[in-house]
Amino acid sequence: MNTLVFIEVAEGKAKKTSLEAVSYAKALNGQVTALVLGTADAQTVLQIGKAGADKVLHAPDEKLNQGSIQAYASSILQAMQTEGTKTLVLANTSLGTPIAAKVAAKLQASIATNVTELPDTSAGFVVKKSIYTGKAFSKIELKNDYKVIAIKKNAATIEDNGTDVTATLFSPQLTDADFAVKIVSTEKASGEISLPEANVVVSGGRGMKGPEHWQPIEELAKALGAATGCSKPVSDMGWRPHHEHVGQTGVKVSPQLYFAIGISGAIQHLAGVNSSKCIVVINKDAEAPFFKAADYGIVGDAFDVLPKLIDAVKASK
Amino acid sequence: MKILVCISHVPDTTSKINFIDNNTKLDVNGVQFIIGPYDDYALARAIEIKEANAGTTVTVLNVGPADTEPTIRKALAIGADDAVRINAEPSDSFFVASQIAAYAKDKNFDLILMGRESIDFNGGVVHSMVGELLGITSLSPVMKLELEGNKAKLAREIEGGKEYVEANLPLVLGCQEPIAEWKIPNMRGIMSARTKPLQVIEAITVNTGVSLKAFELPPAKGAVKMIAADNVAELVNLLKNEAKVL
Ligand SMILES: Cc1cc2nc3c(=O)[nH]c(=O)nc-3n(C[C@H](O)[C@H](O)[C@H](O)COP(=O)(O)OP(=O)(O)OC[C@H]3O[C@@H](n4cnc5c(N)ncnc54)[C@H](O)[C@@H]3O)c2cc1C
Ligand SMILES: Nc1ncnc2c1ncn2[C@@H]1O[C@H](COP(=O)(O)O)[C@@H](O)[C@H]1O
Repeated sequence: MNTLVFIEVAEGKAKKTSLEAVSYAKALNGQVTALVLGTADAQTVLQIGKAGADKVLHAPDEKLNQGSIQAYASSILQAMQTEGTKTLVLANTSLGTPIAAKVAAKLQASIATNVTELPDTSAGFVVKKSIYTGKAFSKIELKNDYKVIAIKKNAATIEDNGTDVTATLFSPQLTDADFAVKIVSTEKASGEISLPEANVVVSGGRGMKGPEHWQPIEELAKALGAATGCSKPVSDMGWRPHHEHVGQTGVKVSPQLYFAIGISGAIQHLAGVNSSKCIVVINKDAEAPFFKAADYGIVGDAFDVLPKLIDAVKASK
Repeated sequence: MKILVCISHVPDTTSKINFIDNNTKLDVNGVQFIIGPYDDYALARAIEIKEANAGTTVTVLNVGPADTEPTIRKALAIGADDAVRINAEPSDSFFVASQIAAYAKDKNFDLILMGRESIDFNGGVVHSMVGELLGITSLSPVMKLELEGNKAKLAREIEGGKEYVEANLPLVLGCQEPIAEWKIPNMRGIMSARTKPLQVIEAITVNTGVSLKAFELPPAKGAVKMIAADNVAELVNLLKNEAKVL
């Protein structure tokens, strides 16, 4: 099955989930064409080839450097047409998901977002997606010729045995209507590790008592190369920025390792973290519900445990 | 100004999810249904706009069978003026989007507000599909919405930050906090909701490209391993050598 993969680029580099999307597409056993919009370096193109793309279309137009959803959707539709591809695979992100929806509505394609695994093609084309905010999965068959698949982080493993490719210039025809939404500015925590993409996340809850106590959380995160997160009340009270709020109504994370420190483990918080591979809970209350969802637990005061943990992590390096 | 708010009817966030009929149907036994939490933000913002702009009407819409009506009445109690129920099982996102688009097509709504995602299917796609089907701009997830005449100033959440954008009405938006504070219906609202119009219309036929094979629950978690608070080195050791995540 020939597939187009939309590559999300941040600061000239391909996003990890986009590379996973390339390897996902490669596993569908057909020609994989990757589409890169906006400025990107040759290194990025090589990386996309290594992950499994047979061809990389690149539209280096600077106007495409900002995540303009409509312009991206239009470019993807044009690329699918010129390449004759009927399947689109992309990362399930704040950019990827609306694009997926638009392309699917336009092509009357079968669509699945939040896809967690490679498809089962033994009978039809069946994908598994996460539903009920991580509390369950559904297996659905994508029946139409046109298919749009938005994958969650870790739905595929990035391969690196692909070939060296060089970019093919691509010039989508775009109109003013494609840029009707004016992006005035972006406010992005730069340099930090992005929470949805992080392999390790250290989150603090109301048990941390106040914003002035976040230093050990940050220090532990730094020692682990982790992103920082928090519970909803913590961001509601303004102790931490809103984009760090993890859970049902916040960011859903699926890291290798999730630390929950001073978080009780309300079901709405768990909904955002239960696809983590390993969960460590530190709470002074042995009855905290989070322990039931944890792999490892420490009953203790965060303010005692954290400094020791930071030292132990540093010592283990 | 005319505002349409699309609400989903979903299990309360504390619900335990289980399936019946050979894993093809949600077990609704003991499940309480609510307005989708994100849809509740959309509704709250719509009511705020109505309160600030005389002559604004807010219509709520749900695609669902008759048992969603108490949820729709709740939205009326919160302050919507009238309601529409499109009588069909909301089987998938394209089906729902097609119903909403068919209803809204000739109604000239200035704003169609939805939640960023439903908390049952979590598609996060209905708003963008409706926008595409109607040929109007859609944006999600929107955490701030201010109106200046025909222009909307918005903040959209992106990974690790925010994007400030401007766009002209009409717009379809998927909303999330902190766009507004959830509103709780008061006694007067609950009384008046009983007599507000709730129109039931039949669904259009849509060819959907997906079919459900089965639902599945995540594998049960193994027992937690407890480590003494004065032995954190052991935790690091286990994370490294047992769980292999460090
Ligand atoms: C519709 C809806 C959606 C929601 N969505 C979310 C969501 O997306 N994300 C989310 O997080 N919440 C969400 N919530 C809120 C959720 O129900 C809980 O209220 C919230 O998760 C609690 O946050 P917390 O664990 O930080 O605080 P608390 O429940 O107050 O827990 C604090 C914990 O810290 C422990 N503690 C205290 N002091 C110490 C110390 N010194 N050392 C160690 N431990 C200590 C306590 O034992 C306790 O377990 C939602 C609620 C609703 C109704
Ligand atoms: N059955 C429905 N009826 C009305 N609106 C819905 C329905 N399902 C979803 N929506 C709206 O579409 C948004 C996105 O849903 P989804 O794409 O399923 O995540 C929701 O937050 C609702 O505002």
